[in-house]
Parts: sequence; C-alpha cells; structure tokens
Amino acid sequence: MTLTLSEVEHIAELARLSLTDQEKELYRQQLSDILEYAARLQNLDTSQIPPTSSVLPSRSVLRPDKSAPSLDIKDLLLNAPQTENDQFRVPPVLDQPS
Amino acid sequence: MTEFTDLTTRQTLDALRRGEFSCQELAQACLERINALEARLHAFITLTPELALRQAQAADRRLLEWRHAPNDPLPALLGLPIAVKDVLCVANIRCTCGSRILENFVPPYTATTVQRLLDAGVILVGKTNNDEYAMGSSTENSAYGPTHNPWDLERAPGGSSGGSAACVAAHNVSAALGTDTGGSVRQPASFCGVTGIKPTYGRTSRYGLVAYGSSLDTVGVFAHNAEDTALIFSQMAGYDARDATTLDIPLPDLELKDDASLKGLRIGVPKEYFIQGIQPEVESAVQQAIAVLEMAGAQLLPVSLPHTEYALPVYYLIAPAEASANLARYDGIRYGLREEADTVLDLYCKTRQAGFGPEVKRRIMLGTYALSAGYYDAYYGQAQKVRTLIKNDFEEVFKSVDVIAAPVAPSTAFRLGEHNNDPLAMYLEDIFTLPANLAGVPGLAFPVGFDSQGLPVGMQLMGAHFREDVLFRIAHAYQQMTDWHLRKPVL
Repeated sequence: MTLTLSEVEHIAELARLSLTDQEKELYRQQLSDILEYAARLQNLDTSQIPPTSSVLPSRSVLRPDKSAPSLDIKDLLLNAPQTENDQFRVPPVLDQPS
Repeated sequence: MTEFTDLTTRQTLDALRRGEFSCQELAQACLERINALEARLHAFITLTPELALRQAQAADRRLLEWRHAPNDPLPALLGLPIAVKDVLCVANIRCTCGSRILENFVPPYTATTVQRLLDAGVILVGKTNNDEYAMGSSTENSAYGPTHNPWDLERAPGGSSGGSAACVAAHNVSAALGTDTGGSVRQPASFCGVTGIKPTYGRTSRYGLVAYGSSLDTVGVFAHNAEDTALIFSQMAGYDARDATTLDIPLPDLELKDDASLKGLRIGVPKEYFIQGIQPEVESAVQQAIAVLEMAGAQLLPVSLPHTEYALPVYYLIAPAEASANLARYDGIRYGLREEADTVLDLYCKTRQAGFGPEVKRRIMLGTYALSAGYYDAYYGQAQKVRTLIKNDFEEVFKSVDVIAAPVAPSTAFRLGEHNNDPLAMYLEDIFTLPANLAGVPGLAFPVGFDSQGLPVGMQLMGAHFREDVLFRIAHAYQQMTDWHLRKPVL
C-alpha cells in the first residue's frame, strides 16, 4: 500500500489542512506504513458479519419535547474570534460580484 | 505540611471529618506540593489555586455546620482536592485539550462527570496535561510539552492521561480524572504505578468531554487503590439525559469488603496477551499477581480472544475516522484559534494547519482517507465488521469467566523521545488496551510489581459490560494481600 503525493493532497483538501510540502511527504510515508499494517484486516472473511453500530444493545432514546433553558448567546459568543450583532462574523462565503 | 498529601482519598476524607486539618490547609498543602514539583513533572496545563482555596473555604464552612448539626449528611467527597484532565470542560476555566487551537478556549459549561464530583464536594486544583485531543500514549503530543514520569523523570508517564496519572503518583492529589478511548487511563496508570478505571462505554457521561472517538470515549478515575477509585467512580457514573449513550442501569454495590476471599470467582487468562515481544519482567509480575488471585480462592481458566491481533488496525481506522469527523468543528469560526484569510475555505485550512499538532493531523488524514469515497468499504467498513468479531470474542469468554486478567502494556514506561519518528511503534504500545474499548467493556489497571529499573508494572482486569464492581472487588482483595500500591516514587 503506497499512497501517491496527489492522493495525500486530495485527503488534505478534504480534511481542510494546508499541509507543507515536507508534511505531505512525511504523511505519505507514514500513512502508507499504517495502511500497510491495516491491510491484514482484508485476510478475514467478514461477508456474514454485521458491522458494529453500537457496543451496547441498540435502542431508541426519546425525551419529551419540552423546551428548557439553554446557554446565553453572550456567553457562547465570548470564545468567538469575531462577532457582529450577536452573530459569528466570517469572511465572504460566496464570490464577490466583480 | 506535605504529609497531608501522603494520604489516600478515604484517609483524607476521614481526617477532614475528624478535624485533623482543615480543607483550606489541605488545599494549600496540595498547591504547595504541586508548585514544588511542577518544574520537574509538568503534570498540569492550568492550575486553579484561587478556585481551589475558595472551594476549600466553602467546604470548611460546611464542615463547621455539620459539626453543629451532624444529622444533616455531608456530601460524600467534601473537601477532597482532585485534578481533571484538560479535555473535560469546567465552566469558566480554560480547556486546551493539549492543543494550540484551543489555547484560549474558556468553556461556558461543565462536564457532567466533573459537575457530579463538584456537587459531591471536591476541590479542583487544576487541569492536567495530556496528548493533544487525547491522541497519544506518552503525553509527548501535548502542545504544552511532555509530562515526566515520577518514577524516572527521563521516561514517559504514558498517555494520553499522563498528567493525571503522574500527579496522583507524585501525591499532588489523591485522585484525578482521565479519559480512556484506547487505553488512556489504564496505560498511564500502569506506567505510573497507580490504580485506574476505564468504565463500561455508556457508564460515564461524555457530556462536556471534548470528543475524540465518540464510540470509544469513556471518563475514568486514577487513585492510589481500588477502594478510592471505586469511591470517586460511584459519585460520577450513571445515566445522564445529556448523553444519549449513557444507560439507566443502577450502579452495583461498590462498598468493598476487607475480606480478601475470591472463592467462586473465575478468572480467564487469555493466551493472546502473553505473547513474544512482551518484556519478561512484565509477564512474570502479571503471572505472579494472577497466582496471588488463585491463592485467594479464584479459579483460573485459560481462555482465548482469537481476534486480539486485529484490535490495533481496527482501532487505528475507527478512532481516526471518528476523530476526523469530530475535529471538523475546529474551523476558526465559533471558538478557538482563527488564522485570518480572504475566503472562508482559506480560513479553515490555515487555521487548522496552524492549530493542530503533527499527531492530530496524522489521525485526521488517516481517518479522512478511511472514510473517503472508494476506500470506505475496504477500510472503515471492514474495520467495523472486525470490531464485531472482537466484541463477540469477549461475549463468548464472559460466558465461562467473570473477568479476564492481562498485562496493561507490553513494557514498563519507555523513554521520552523513544518513539519520536515512528508512529506505528507508538501505536503498538496500545495492543493490550485497545480491545476493551472496541468491545465497550470495563477495565481496571493496578500495580503488581516493579521491573529491575524500578519502574511499575501494571495488570488489568477486564469484565463484562457494567460489571465494574467485580473488577474493584478483585483488585481490592489483591491490594489487601500486597503492598505494590503503597510504594512511592522518590521526588
């Protein structure tokens, strides 16, 4: 199992990480080694085995649909890097009209 | 006044009630001991001395009232100083998770487990060091520098809850909270010579625990013995409406009897945990401990968990996959670090690149790959199926035995820096702890000897779902017959 540089770049893009060239090469090697090790899982026949969805008996968890107090907006915004009018402020999401 | 800090949790609570010293004197003594040792140990990321002294003052007032009106029962842990791993939120105290990305994050709410202990009267001295987002086995992945093992400062305390294990071993406090996703309570307990419980998945609430691997994460306790560990555990465990994976199953009786007889208990010894490559002194110490349990009346049975060797690859696909999803929330928008950029996409990528350390990025990359289109079935899907086989192994074995006894780790504490350039070698340190997380069963680690370097050796007992009580009972019996848990590092 050997990852290519372009595969690493694709994963980094999905993961929203702007890796350096040095990191890309390092992770290419290290992830290849780890995936090589993980390849032993392919030796097991699991065609009749269901995947684990929960280690505990699965059940539905319901609660009455009642409103309850929640945290204060002001408190929640205290950690925000930028706010405006009690909202999170972000750079433009859509392209600016030219 | 450091002699207060030599006491166990039970002894401390008894002494406070008898008025041998005040909560404020005790809190002060703990803080002084921490300050004296911290330059060598680095067990903490954030200390909370003002809070601790304020809580201690309130606890002293409560004790005074109680002396006038002793029929009004005291909270079970009143005045007890504890430390909390820095991945559990405590309102208005910064929670870094060992990461730069949360360097200035101050949570507005408190984790359920911590809140229950606060309600029971504990005093918080600080937030302990850990591998970034609990990803690691040595605390070396903390962005704030590693913790040092109190038994040998050149060695790792284990991880990821290394700070909590080290600060209990060093008698900064008699008990501390950790979390265990793949061994992060049991392995540092083993490396530092203390007792540590990884509860059944769903026994301790994850509300307010910063998520790593949500199907694996548990909140556990470190203390000097099984009795103290059980006491703290009993105060924080149980159903929480804020965590839908907790189960409303009553806690079994955790009152431990001093009768050391283990007659009628069946202990399984799995051959897959006594393999080539394990440090001979670890194997012999664990075998001797098992012999002690047999002398106490337990019946030993050879058992097999045939899929044990697959736990490592299964874990290192499932946990990173869950982590890659959980850590997607660190985007520089709502909290945590933000690296400014002209577009939102650039802001995400730059913030995450600047804020996460190497191991976290590695696991995010690995997990993203395992979940990505074209690879999902081969990696994540297959891992979840093999996880079922591992879970079935345990269910099968628990039809014929009450607990399983095994080493915690293949070796005693390794040197800081030993696995620096080889993540796979570091992952191999977890081979004996990962299966319990994958199966969701509880595990209890406690010291059963020392190697020729003077480093503690740990054994773990694993039990059926929700049978923490049997683990505590056996470890308590063992600790009645041996004194490994009473040894103290020279600091």
